[in-house]
Amino acid sequence: MKLHELSLKEQLNGLIEGSFSSTELTEHYLNRISNLDKDLNSYITVTADLALQQAALSDERYKSSKALPLDGIPIAHKDIFCTEDVLTTCGSKMLSNFKAPYSSTVVNKLSSEGVVILGKTNMDEFAMGSSNETSFFGPVKNPWNKEYVPGGSSGGSAACVSAQLASAATATDTGGSIRQPAALCGLTGIKPTYGRVSRYGMIAFASSLDQGGVLARSAEDSAILLESMSGHDPKDSTSLKEEVPSFLDSIDSSINGIKIGLPKEFFERDLPEYVESSTKEAIETYKNLGAEIHEISLPNVDLSLPVYYIIAPAECSANLSRYDGVRYGYRCEDPKDIEDLYMRTREEGFGSEVKRRVLIGTYALSAGYYDAYYLKAQKCRRLVANDFSKAFESVDVILSPTTPGTSFKSGEKSNDPIEMYLQDIFTIPANLAGLPGISFPCGNHDGLPLGVQLVGNSLQEAKLLQAAHQFQKVTDWHNKFPEV
Amino acid sequence: MALSDKELKEIAYLARININDELLPSLKGELEKILNLFNKLNSVDTTEIEAMSHPLNLSQPTRPDEITEEDQREKLQETAPSVKSGLFLVPKVIEGDS
Repeated sequence: MKLHELSLKEQLNGLIEGSFSSTELTEHYLNRISNLDKDLNSYITVTADLALQQAALSDERYKSSKALPLDGIPIAHKDIFCTEDVLTTCGSKMLSNFKAPYSSTVVNKLSSEGVVILGKTNMDEFAMGSSNETSFFGPVKNPWNKEYVPGGSSGGSAACVSAQLASAATATDTGGSIRQPAALCGLTGIKPTYGRVSRYGMIAFASSLDQGGVLARSAEDSAILLESMSGHDPKDSTSLKEEVPSFLDSIDSSINGIKIGLPKEFFERDLPEYVESSTKEAIETYKNLGAEIHEISLPNVDLSLPVYYIIAPAECSANLSRYDGVRYGYRCEDPKDIEDLYMRTREEGFGSEVKRRVLIGTYALSAGYYDAYYLKAQKCRRLVANDFSKAFESVDVILSPTTPGTSFKSGEKSNDPIEMYLQDIFTIPANLAGLPGISFPCGNHDGLPLGVQLVGNSLQEAKLLQAAHQFQKVTDWHNKFPEV
Repeated sequence: MALSDKELKEIAYLARININDELLPSLKGELEKILNLFNKLNSVDTTEIEAMSHPLNLSQPTRPDEITEEDQREKLQETAPSVKSGLFLVPKVIEGDS
């Protein structure tokens, strides 16, 4: 078996047993990246020198029996996580020259566990998009079929793990940006409970919705990485002060008797036949594993899309006001006065989707419209969240398709923002309620993978990982990889 | 929901984003479509509902008033577009002869 074909867990075992060194593993991935990524465009920056230095240090620690929990595992970081002295662009021209002066807590935590950083992955600009076509650094291709998109906004992280150009990758999810690309690229992706992973140094899009997480090959690999990323951080005032359980401890336990809810509002939608049949097959698999299936109702879930497209742009318009061309990032040429400096820097530095959302958000927050839009959306958000609280009184997890279909062709939806927004109808509700969600592969249609999503109650990541792992013990979808 | 050119320009000015006149019609169309999405919320009765500004019921955390950050002025200014004597430079903002 080639090194890149091993799972993260198998690589960790190989390193511990001395079957190969971190330097060998890292060089292997760097070679694959230089051979295969020109076409895929999954990385914005490859940090080859840094990776080889980290790998050498890791090898020394193994030799002196001082190895760290994730020592020597080569991963990639979404380019939204500030990485000290490394280009951190967030997929935008605005930050195309920005070398972060400090590292995010996620990067620091994983580095202190011994991971090797292969590079920074491509993404939709400021995480706004569902196809990775809005990146200033060019679109990312889906390794399963290069005419198709990998999903977004964490499209680079998904494509690079799917093409086996990294063992796993960090990612972020504001309305589905981990789970949707996981589904479209045949991976397992988990967005934890809001506040579980620190947002310090994670470039802000919509602060009450943004959450860091993982894209990996399996629930087991996701559990390993997520555990190292999670935990309270005094530098993030919205970080949860909750103990992080060992996600691996419970993963092997049976899920016999688990109560799975199927929201009727999701299944009443007009979905392609192949989505319905793959989801039904996944439900059958869970029945065979001893799950009880219950129909439930989330009566206000249809409000999620409009609520999201008020709240996320409103928060983004506030967060992105920091890009003014003064302290860091892009500045327009020859500004004639300070106003011209702001206006043209932001005209030239932001792409069209980012501008659309900043304008929508500015409008929704402006005098005379605040109550009608923003306040109304926040009230409707409460209704969606209340539906989930009620549902979790009777079920343990909620199952649905992750996306309304498999991947779509590049350019197919990029001219119609609303069409693109519909990609996230199944994923957005969990962000509004702050709940953890996981997507994992459950089928394939015309050579493109398909995912199923489980949403859990607050802080129930361990249950989601356990349920996904038990599914993966009796199915093979997660072991299928594209030929690149 | 129809936006006038004037409204759109005002929003763009509030957001400090310059928009070329030739882009106004297409942008207006796109924004109107997005605003129409929101109509769905009008029929929902929310009179008794408390606004949810955040998924967690958090109170603002406090900490002792101690200096924890070190001075990194030079490092933080390395990425700035224009700096002189430790200050960020912008075009002149104060009127009058200098």
